[in-house]
Amino acid sequence: MLESYTGAAILLVIATAISVGMVVATTILGPKREFPDKMEPFECGESQIVSPYQRFSVKFYLVAVLFILFDIEVVFLFPWAILYKKLGLFGLIEMLIFLLILGVGLMYVWIRGGLDWE
Amino acid sequence: MWIDLAITMVKIIFIVTITVGFFAPVLTWVERKQSAIMQDRIGANRADILGFTALGLFHILSDAIKMFTKEDFIPQGANRALHTMAPIIALTPAILTFAVIPFGGQYTLWGKDVNLVISDLDVGLLFVFAIASLATYGYVVAGWSSNNNWSLLGAMRTASQMISYEVTMGLTIIGVLMVYSSMQLTQIGAAQENFWRWGIFLQPLGFFMFFAASIAENKRIPFDAPEAESELVAGYFTEYSGLKFGMFFMAEFIEMVTIGAIVTILFFGAWHIPFLTTATLLSMFDFLGDSGANLVVMLIHIGVFFGKVTISIFVQMVIRWTLPRFRYDQIMKLGWKILLPLSLANVVVTGIVILALE
Repeated sequence: MLESYTGAAILLVIATAISVGMVVATTILGPKREFPDKMEPFECGESQIVSPYQRFSVKFYLVAVLFILFDIEVVFLFPWAILYKKLGLFGLIEMLIFLLILGVGLMYVWIRGGLDWE
Repeated sequence: MWIDLAITMVKIIFIVTITVGFFAPVLTWVERKQSAIMQDRIGANRADILGFTALGLFHILSDAIKMFTKEDFIPQGANRALHTMAPIIALTPAILTFAVIPFGGQYTLWGKDVNLVISDLDVGLLFVFAIASLATYGYVVAGWSSNNNWSLLGAMRTASQMISYEVTMGLTIIGVLMVYSSMQLTQIGAAQENFWRWGIFLQPLGFFMFFAASIAENKRIPFDAPEAESELVAGYFTEYSGLKFGMFFMAEFIEMVTIGAIVTILFFGAWHIPFLTTATLLSMFDFLGDSGANLVVMLIHIGVFFGKVTISIFVQMVIRWTLPRFRYDQIMKLGWKILLPLSLANVVVTGIVILALE
């Protein structure tokens, strides 16, 4: 069972080596000329007026919450989809009930404006 | 044992060479040249070696040298450790997803079974989703650690766009899993030997939705709001220079190849040639002996597979240079209000049709 992951593990090592090697190479090879004006974060020619580390729109949190909800739904669907041909009508009805409950949830979020960005 | 390890190493070297060494650099040139042709320009044609330009192919070389030798810039107030790590987190998963992607079937060469996939996992497709979504961290960390307003805005957009489309992407392939009853990419590929059993015929709606969702997941035009040049300078990688900047691009190009490969395996018959089964192909090369025929068929299948992947990448490029960018609310609307309900309906319809046919 675990042997089938050997190749993936070797590829992980090689992929990490490639990425780390690239970062190290570009850090070593490039010139280094530092002076205060240049080191400022880019702000279209201005000095930075506000720090980026502030509160941002709550919409992004909402999307993250919805993502967790619906991604778990997808995770439940994966094993069901593979066994579907064995489960037959029973599996279809069971999953229709499950999808119906989640569909109601989606409709609720939709009607309450949780998916609107205007 | 050792010979298995040697075969695995050969496959890994082949995959790394073809993705990092061939597709990623060549696609940078293709993108420039194709946009030029579509916009009636000439495109990259100046870099030369001794007056020989080779259609501008040497621009790949000059780009690489330039990126390696540019200054590695980290802005004031940035989190230096995270700023350095971000491109590594973005690029590594992009290469790693190829561990489970089969680029051919199974062949017997001189008494040895060769399975053309690095790791033949039974959860193959789930592995692709799991690893590919790790790259989100790379982009968010890149934007957050830069101490730059544009970067942070880009990172926030990236995060919510990528996780939104991950839900959709997961749902659109449920239909394919139901049809083939497997998550193992080698099995899904092997099940499509018959031309009329290709995923595109069994799951036509699933294909279009998956393709749209995966382009959005890769943040390419028309879904490139996270790096919108005219709004956010360059989005999450505004403060990156040199090869670190190049690594984000490499990750994007490698993900294009991944999308091409997944689309080919799930919907376009993987390594199979239409109306030509492996058995027919083997009998055509019977005169070479058993192993010889297997070897020739293997090479043909690898060629066919990467040919199909190339066509898929070409389609992605044409889409990129044809459509304008969507507004951010339109992107989120497409993901949550159109693709999500449609893919749920697709699952239900697929279930009913499968039940009715059996």
